[in-house]
Amino acid sequence: MKIKDVCKILNARVLAGEEMMDFDIECAFGSDMLSDVLTFARGRMALLTGLNSHQVIRTAEISDIPLIIFVRGRTPDKGIIDLAHGKDICLLGTDLIMYEACGKLYNAGLPPVTRL
Amino acid sequence: MKSECKLLYEECFPVTAGNLEHAGEASVKIKRILKKLGIDSDFIKRVSIACYEAEMNMVIYSCGGSIKLEVYNDKVIVVAEDCGPGIADVELALRDGYSTASDYVLSQGFGAGRGFSNIKRCSDSFSIISEVGKGTKLTLCFNISGT
Repeated sequence: MKIKDVCKILNARVLAGEEMMDFDIECAFGSDMLSDVLTFARGRMALLTGLNSHQVIRTAEISDIPLIIFVRGRTPDKGIIDLAHGKDICLLGTDLIMYEACGKLYNAGLPPVTRL
Repeated sequence: MKSECKLLYEECFPVTAGNLEHAGEASVKIKRILKKLGIDSDFIKRVSIACYEAEMNMVIYSCGGSIKLEVYNDKVIVVAEDCGPGIADVELALRDGYSTASDYVLSQGFGAGRGFSNIKRCSDSFSIISEVGKGTKLTLCFNISGT
């Protein structure tokens, strides 16, 4: 699923990585625990999270995660967004809660990371 | 004939205690170095995740220390060493899910007690030596040929 399709499904704002809209995502994982993210991350994974910290970006960089979706209307501050620049990480923000955002992507055919 | 173990790169990175905003910077640097050396990306991910968990442990629980990277032609060795306070019950600390993290650390997404399990899963060998009042030394080995 292309990131631009993720954007449409979640009615999301692009916070960083505008140039990555045609990038293909192959699975997704939702969590606010970064050690779990480090355990499960594989492939071209989208991370859905309600966490809003520098460590989310660093976790994505360490685990080669190309897409972070901030749920529940959480908008990271400029310092966090800047940290993603130049790292091939796209940041999206949606007002949907975690449950609904995950459900919409699942219904649209994006599989969980455990099926990869 | 035995192949020779050749040191290709070594560097030591300081890790400051308590600063969660900058935590993980040493691991990100290590990842970039391994990438520049042309090492396989799945292997780099294993090393990076283990380093990051070790670095987060050091930032959250220790008085600070360093992470030393040694890259050989056939393996990578990572030594994460802090200067205290040490772990009183290492066996308990290694148990999956065991954590003494503060509410602040939990609110930042860490402290679920998964760090050591992740480090063990990602590395090919793992050793920990800890003494209360002195510090903790974690030695990790990653076999390049085994990737």
